[in-house]
Amino acid sequence: MSELARSARVVRALGTRSIRQTFRRPQLISPIVVFPTLLLAIQTGGAGAGVELPGFPPVQSFLQFMLAGSMMQAMMLAGNSGGIAFAVDIEMGFTDRLFAAPIPRFAIVLGRLAGTAALGLFAAIWFLAIGLIFGAEIAGGVPGALLAMALTAAAALAVGGIGAAIALRSGSASVVQGLFPLVLVVLFLSSAFFPQELMVEPARTIAEYNPLSFIVEGVREPIISGIDATHTLEAVVAILGIVVLGLVLSSRALRHRLRVG
Amino acid sequence: MEAATTAAAAPTWRANLATVLALMARAKNELVRVPGAAIPGVLAPTIFFLGLNGVFGALTELQGFQTGSYESFIVPVSMLQGAGFTGAAAGVNLARDYEHGWVDRLLVSPAPRWVLLAGNVLAASLRALIPATFVLTIAFFIGAEWPGFDGLAICYLMVAATAAVAACWGSMLALRFKSQSAAPLMQAATMAKILLTPAYAPLALLQPWLEKVAKVNPVTQVVEAARQGFVGSVTWADTWPGLVALAGLLLLLGGLALREMRRTNV
Repeated sequence: MSELARSARVVRALGTRSIRQTFRRPQLISPIVVFPTLLLAIQTGGAGAGVELPGFPPVQSFLQFMLAGSMMQAMMLAGNSGGIAFAVDIEMGFTDRLFAAPIPRFAIVLGRLAGTAALGLFAAIWFLAIGLIFGAEIAGGVPGALLAMALTAAAALAVGGIGAAIALRSGSASVVQGLFPLVLVVLFLSSAFFPQELMVEPARTIAEYNPLSFIVEGVREPIISGIDATHTLEAVVAILGIVVLGLVLSSRALRHRLRVG
Repeated sequence: MEAATTAAAAPTWRANLATVLALMARAKNELVRVPGAAIPGVLAPTIFFLGLNGVFGALTELQGFQTGSYESFIVPVSMLQGAGFTGAAAGVNLARDYEHGWVDRLLVSPAPRWVLLAGNVLAASLRALIPATFVLTIAFFIGAEWPGFDGLAICYLMVAATAAVAACWGSMLALRFKSQSAAPLMQAATMAKILLTPAYAPLALLQPWLEKVAKVNPVTQVVEAARQGFVGSVTWADTWPGLVALAGLLLLLGGLALREMRRTNV
């Protein structure tokens, strides 16, 4: 068996383990599914009249507009949950056993990230299904839905990289758990929940430069109006930027973890 | 628990009071010894307050809003949300105490079950004042209107009682599941109860399904009572439904939590 095939097997096995782990522990799955679904329902019901505001982009309904925001919220929380689970593995010594095994170190991190990406994909499918059940249309049709799913999964992998880096560096689940409020801050300071032009300063200006806003718009566009090359490209560039950041931080944190044991 | 022991020879009501105070002091000690534990309870409602204000602030331009200041409209909700989180945290702490064997020791003590529950619930009520005050200070800083002393007093009363209701709910689940894994259920249900109300916009501007839910959700009366001073004047007509709703919720959830506590075997 080639080296690459062996690494792929490790990634698949660890990815499957991380997905199973998430679904077995309510404290890991509920932030990905329960909270964003609850918030989607409440925000759609509570702020739905916002579509009547002058300047709101043309949408079929506020639910249709909000789907991308909920996917982003679930994706970010999947990254955070993945980081927490990774830190728990470090605390319990499971990662040490993996480090001692004859497998490439990058496959250990990639296995965790593969699981996070799969959870991101699950979140995208979950919210698209909820949208369709409650009458939202996907303007971009099947290709648009597939693009939204692919971007959400890729974004989960990217954000998961940062979560994994912090888990490796700190080796503490509570430190990674402490990032939860930061996830909320990044979400609120983006165009995830409302059009950026209608947000109040200084949130509006920050949202303009927040990379998450580019990803949200890339996911939202196929849902509310159809596939748009510019928005898609901007989202891909933002995701790549976060991937690079996550890779750099993860490799440095991995070296640190191997040094300190 | 020393206070409770020394009070063993005192009249029953005094011994019970000493036990409640000892349990409240224990919760306070936890706050002093692990200040970081209070941070999530303070941070979450603050982030929600600032975030919602930044995101949905333009909603006040819609016809039907009682105020032009969204921060004034939303701050009582964030204070109640903080109370909900604090109450749910009391449930999580009780589950942790159960896992560590502390609840077992309490249950074999001569203190009545309702006294043990009251200590946990009243401690949550007091703790809820911390996030509420923090959020309120920030709200005033960014321009929320002064609700008047009467409006403020009613708002704080609603906050303390909401934390007690959430603590009863959390304690009931903690005693039923006997595991901290039930934490998401405690938090999600509390959050839902508070947000399935005219939290983001007045009743008339809600989507029809949420308007129907909000009308039958007793917490709507609590939100309206807490909010009245921030968006207008304080009236008895807006206050008493909130008091009745909280009394009813306390009776119901307190009764259920007590039933779980009586069912818990050592």
